[in-house]
Amino acid sequence: MKDDILTVIWKERKGLFRIRGRRAQALLGIFSPVMLAIYLPLQEGARWVGSPLSLLLAFVAPLILVGISIPDSFAGERERHTLPTLLASRLSDRAILFGKIITSVAFGWGVTLVLLLISLVTVNVANWDGHILFYKPSILLAALAFSFLIALLTAGAGVLFSLRAATAQEAQQTLMAVLLIPPMILQFALFAILSSESGEARFREVLASLSFEQVILVIVAFLVALDLGLLLAAMARFKRTRLILG
Amino acid sequence: MTDTAIRIENLTRDFKTVSAVDDLSLEVPAGIIFGFLGPNGAGKTTTINLLLGLLEPTSGRAEVLGFDTRTHADEVRTRTGALLEHPGVYEQLTAEDNLEFYGRVWRIPSDERQARIQELLTHMGVWERRKERAGTWSKGMKQKLALARAMLHRPPLVFLDEPTAGLDVVAAAAVREDLESLAAREGVTVFLTTHNMAEAEKLCSQVAVIREGKLVALGHPDQLRARAGGPRVEIVGRGFSENVLNLLRGRPEVIAAGVENQHLEIDLRQETDVAPLVSLMVNAGVQVEEVRRGKASLEEVFLTLMEEEK
Repeated sequence: MKDDILTVIWKERKGLFRIRGRRAQALLGIFSPVMLAIYLPLQEGARWVGSPLSLLLAFVAPLILVGISIPDSFAGERERHTLPTLLASRLSDRAILFGKIITSVAFGWGVTLVLLLISLVTVNVANWDGHILFYKPSILLAALAFSFLIALLTAGAGVLFSLRAATAQEAQQTLMAVLLIPPMILQFALFAILSSESGEARFREVLASLSFEQVILVIVAFLVALDLGLLLAAMARFKRTRLILG
Repeated sequence: MTDTAIRIENLTRDFKTVSAVDDLSLEVPAGIIFGFLGPNGAGKTTTINLLLGLLEPTSGRAEVLGFDTRTHADEVRTRTGALLEHPGVYEQLTAEDNLEFYGRVWRIPSDERQARIQELLTHMGVWERRKERAGTWSKGMKQKLALARAMLHRPPLVFLDEPTAGLDVVAAAAVREDLESLAAREGVTVFLTTHNMAEAEKLCSQVAVIREGKLVALGHPDQLRARAGGPRVEIVGRGFSENVLNLLRGRPEVIAAGVENQHLEIDLRQETDVAPLVSLMVNAGVQVEEVRRGKASLEEVFLTLMEEEK
C-alpha cells in the first residue's frame, strides 16, 4: 500500500497545476495568500510575531491552496476521463484516495509554511533593529497545527464535494462556498453577542478565564475531530463501484 | 493460464428498470482476439466494467483468468490491461511519464520498465516524441499510447473498448495494425468491443453479438456469415435487364437476384455450380466480365441479427 500511495503521489506531483487553463487560476489562488503574507506583517509591525492575527494566514492559505488542488485532483480526473483507466488498474481505492489527499495537503501545508517564513522575513526587513524577530513558540506551534488541520479539513471536504460535482470548477466553487459559511456564521454570532453590553461582558469574562493555549487546544481538538469525520466519510464514499457510475 | 480466459454465466446487471446486461453467458478461449459486437447502448462497456470488477453484477457470475470478478476483482485487475471508452491519457504528462506512471503502478522494476517503454513506443513509431506532452498529440497517437499502456505489464488478457472509435481511416488502420501485431507477438487474449464490423472481421477469430444486453449470436465470423445467409454470386457485366432477372428468379437454386451498383447479386439456396446460370445469362444477351463467389459480410449478418431481434 505504501508503494502504491507513493506512486500516486509521483503522478499527482508531476501533474500539479499543469492542466492547460488551470495554471492561471492556480496562480491567482496563490496570489492572495502571498499578498496576505506580505501585507499583514507590514500592517502589524513587530507585534506580528506574537499576534494571534498571524494565525489568520495559517487558516486562509491552506484553505485556498488545497481548495484549488483537491477538486482538480478528484473531479478533474473524472472530467478529463482518466479516472476509469486508473480504477481499472491494480491500485486500491485507499491508495488512490490517500495518494491524492497527501499530495494536496503536502502542497497546501508546504506553501503555507513558506508563506509564514515570507511574513517573518517581511516583518524583520520592515522592522529591523539589529535583532531577529521570531514567532512566539505558542503562535508558531498553533500556526503549524492549524495550517495542517485546515489543509486536511479542506482536503476531506474537497473529496466529498468532488465526488458529487460534474467538473473541477463546480467542486471548487461549492467547496469554497461551504467552507466560508462557518466563519461567516461565527462572525455574525460574535457580532450579535458583542452588540449587547451584557453579552460583551460575558464574552470578555469567558475569554479572560481561558488562556491563549487553552483556546488553541480547544480549536485543535475540534479540527482533529472534524478532520477524522471527513476522512472517514471520504474513505466510505471513495469506492470504485460508485465512482465508475460517475 | 487456463484454456478459457473468460467464463460468463447468466450475468445480469440492472440499472433501475433497465437491464444493461441481461442473462449473458459465454466463454472466451485464451490466446485469441475475441470481438464483442453490438450497437451503441447494447451493454458492451457495462460488460467490460463487470469483467474488470468495477461494477457488481445484479445476478450471475463471471470468471476472468480463473478469478471470480465479484470476490477477486483485485486479482483480475492485477492481471489484465484495459483501454476503456476514453484513452485515459494524462495530457499534462509526457508520453513517457504516462507509461512510467503505469509501469510503477504495475510494479515493473525500473530497468525492465524503461526497456519495455522503449520497446512499445518504438513498436508504435512514437519513441522519438516520448518527451512531448501527450496533450499535444493527435487522437490516433493518444490511442496508440493508451494501447501501449494496456500492454505495458505484459498482461495475459487485455480489454479494448472500441479502440478505433473516432479515429480517421489512417489512424484506425495504424492502431489496428499495432494491436494485431502486438497480440500475435505476445500471445495475449484480447477482448475487443467494437461496432466496426470490418474491424471485427479482420481481427477476430471469434465474435459475440449482443443487443440490449442479450447475446444474439456467437461463433467464428464465417459461421455467423453462413448462418445469416447462403452462398452468393456477384456478376460484373452489362445487360442485366428485368427479363434476365426474371429468368434467374425462376431457377430453383436461386433465392433472389438483384442489381446493386451495376453488379448483379444472386443469392443461392446452397453451394451449387454457377456455370448454368452464367450460360443462361449469356444466352439472354448479358455481357459477363467477371464472376465472383462470395458470402454475406459480417456487417450484413450484424444488420440481419439486429432486424431479427426487433
